[in-house]
Amino acid sequence: MSTILDERKDQIHRTGEGAIDIACNRDSLAGAVSQRACVFCGSRVVLYPISDALHLVHGPIGCAVYTWDIRGSLSSGPELFRLSFSTDLQETDVIFGGERKLEAALDELIDRHSPKAAFVYSTCIVGLIGDDMEAVCRKMTEKKGIPVLPVMSEGFKGNKRAGYLAACKAMFKLIGTGDTSGISPLSINIFGDFNLAGEIWIIREYFERMGVQIVANVTGDGRVADIGRCHGAALNLVQCSGATLDLARMMEEEYGTPYMRVSYLGIEDMADALYQVADFFKDKDPGIVDRTRVLVREELQKLMPELARYREDLEGKRVAMYVGGSFKAFSLVKAFRHLGMEVVMVGSQTGTKEDYAELEQITDPGTVIIDDANPLELSHFIKEKDVDVFVGGVKERPIAFKLGVGFCDHNHERKEALEGFVGMLNFAREIHSSVMSPVWQFAPRRANRMAAAKKEAVNE
Amino acid sequence: MSKPVSIKKVKPNYVSTTNACKLCTPLGASLAFRGVEGAIPFLHGSQGCATYMRRYIISHFREPVDIASSALGEKNAIYGGGPNLKKGILNVMKKYEPSLIGVATTCLTETIGDDVPRNLKEFRSEFGDLDLPDLVEVSTPSFSGTHTDGWHGAVRSLVEQLCTTRSADTGRVNILPNMVSCEDVRHLKDICRDFGIHATILPDISETLDGPALEDYVKIPSGGTPVAEIKEMSGARGTIEFGRCLPKATGGTSLEKTFGVKNHRIGLPMGLRESDRLFETLETISGKPMPRRYELERGRLVDAYVDGHKYVFGKRAVVYGEEDLVTGLCAFLSEIGVDVVLAGTGSRKKGLDAAIAQVTNGVARMAPEVREGVDFFDISEEAASLKPDLLIGHSKGYRYAKAWGIPLIRVGFPIHDRFGGQRIHHLGYRGAQTLFDRVVNAVIEKKQADSSIGYGYI
Repeated sequence: MSTILDERKDQIHRTGEGAIDIACNRDSLAGAVSQRACVFCGSRVVLYPISDALHLVHGPIGCAVYTWDIRGSLSSGPELFRLSFSTDLQETDVIFGGERKLEAALDELIDRHSPKAAFVYSTCIVGLIGDDMEAVCRKMTEKKGIPVLPVMSEGFKGNKRAGYLAACKAMFKLIGTGDTSGISPLSINIFGDFNLAGEIWIIREYFERMGVQIVANVTGDGRVADIGRCHGAALNLVQCSGATLDLARMMEEEYGTPYMRVSYLGIEDMADALYQVADFFKDKDPGIVDRTRVLVREELQKLMPELARYREDLEGKRVAMYVGGSFKAFSLVKAFRHLGMEVVMVGSQTGTKEDYAELEQITDPGTVIIDDANPLELSHFIKEKDVDVFVGGVKERPIAFKLGVGFCDHNHERKEALEGFVGMLNFAREIHSSVMSPVWQFAPRRANRMAAAKKEAVNE
Repeated sequence: MSKPVSIKKVKPNYVSTTNACKLCTPLGASLAFRGVEGAIPFLHGSQGCATYMRRYIISHFREPVDIASSALGEKNAIYGGGPNLKKGILNVMKKYEPSLIGVATTCLTETIGDDVPRNLKEFRSEFGDLDLPDLVEVSTPSFSGTHTDGWHGAVRSLVEQLCTTRSADTGRVNILPNMVSCEDVRHLKDICRDFGIHATILPDISETLDGPALEDYVKIPSGGTPVAEIKEMSGARGTIEFGRCLPKATGGTSLEKTFGVKNHRIGLPMGLRESDRLFETLETISGKPMPRRYELERGRLVDAYVDGHKYVFGKRAVVYGEEDLVTGLCAFLSEIGVDVVLAGTGSRKKGLDAAIAQVTNGVARMAPEVREGVDFFDISEEAASLKPDLLIGHSKGYRYAKAWGIPLIRVGFPIHDRFGGQRIHHLGYRGAQTLFDRVVNAVIEKKQADSSIGYGYI
């Protein structure tokens, strides 16, 4: 019996084995135990870190509870985003409609917390019972004098990507509402970073050292007022393109703001991001290129000797990764090369054809590329490729551990900063402590193999 | 003549929920199904439900938790989810080769009105030529009840749908342990073994949600209640079900009504007196006295109660969580002289008030404020004026404990911010011992930390 269902075979590819034509962005297969969540999840991920907004989930309790403060996003000020609000729909609401309850909830919560804006997320059930969330939100916007924004994120209406788009549409309504005076010509918005473990603060510091002003963080450590005036920035930097590329495109069309795709993970991509920005602004401020060069040099001088020490142990170890958005995977493949490690499997929940084609370009022959995987497929490839360390999120962790394989949480729940140059060092340290721990020699899969090897040596 | 009845329509008092003290119904059902041998839980709904619940459960148990989904999309939501349900079951059969699939509905499929029993009936006749697993379904709309309703509903469905014939006397005892930890179930098994009782514990999550390190990734972890034993529960000597806030109809009542298996409903055996009830019931059913090791455990517990009483007497505790766990905690705390000032649960209409009064009768110095259907906003609003010394419940109360500068004693589910949640021991004399040591030490630690002297000898 095969681990891989026939209907999933076209979602798996091996680098170098024929032209890549991976099926992706389609609904998860019934009964396949996908690692993916839903549209609501996509929206919630993107908007969650806007810290001075009220995030109200309109639905039964589960959707709000399972997303309550699970992420590692930090705020330098308000903590409102870390509370979990729900209309907790009951059977009677399902029968008679939940609009009045939603209105009452907004009324109560906005008075209680005085947020700068409110996001209202629709869930499966709201889509079915047909509550007119837009009308309620319009009414409450007028009544409360703050933007109350519907996020049309019914769980069943597509996959996580549809949720990203719904979030971007909601946020786009905020943009253009604020005063843009006093914004420097050398200014950017940081898109698609979620300030996990304070990562955005690391990145902001680099840009500030370069002389670049940051108008808005979208959405990590985000503020409603900043997002409202972010159309005054000269450039949008888009990380996690799946989540916020749509917003960047909307802004380009409406406000003419150009955007660049970047990543702050790993040495090259981090440096590239800084150099690209320097390059963009060099006509306005010729000194920026030198300042950037100095910054990168200083950071690398600190980093490289330490990385070299970790590399000694990690050289030749094999890595598999399964991530939400595939853009992150590009950076990780490069970052692992710096540690002398070999990536043998890359998968993602929401990659596009273009993403997978690029992965095929940058990975070694034989690397497994997989879309929308599940526990059995992941464990199958971990074994087949004899992986030493697996990179993923909470749901993937026990899969690795059960197989006696090290694990690194590189998802939204992580509490270690992995971005920037200092993040690369944290990353190396974490990978090192995962791979080098003595516990693996006791995990049966490894222990048995070591015992067998020893026996063979004796027999020889 | 009686007064004219007011016909003024009562407006529903809509309130919002902030930081809920409950989870949704299908989660409880998924957990219960995970305690059946060879079983896989299957949520009939959109993909997100299964994934979110898996993530939530994994971070407590730190075990792989595969929950299948019918992964419904927009078209299914309009035209019905039946075809996807069937396709999903076939795929799960192909990949996991389960001996049982536990299908729980979600708010989505309940609202569109999918008739799951009919779908499964059709499935059985359409694919009757295949080697089909047992299919058990439970209705778990997430817009009604909490995860404990899902749990009890799934247990009842397992009993009613699998145990359909009168079995010959098996000499066994059925135990429906409620939502307790893996460690608790292991302890129950030890107790039964020492009594010489063959117990069918349903569900048995002791191995399936706290498994050993193995050579390979197993699709479905070993352990769990054997399906064959569930089918023979009608032949048991009796059923013991834990919980004073159970629904009227449970697996236990159903076995009694249909097959005459005597149902002993006792509380969660937490603390001395509620544990006594468990041992008394086991003595009654087995006809044997309590084994000496438990006498010793009981004796040690009483001894510890005496040794530690001054540290904890008069301390004020706020307790929250599942209704039966809260009841059990109140039973335990009242025995050691801790005043429960507030007992809260996210569940509604479970009779928590009466249950607490019952288990604390004769020992408690005061009756706590009892609140059903509350969230953490409500709990914290009330607790602010109650000046608690201790907070006792799952991880979700941590931010309040931190704000109030008091210890949180972690019990129940979920434990997301500490290690070993699945190994917390709550039940029996030994469970009470563990809890007592933790409570006393929390009080000592707090005193030590707050002291300018830093007593090293307390």
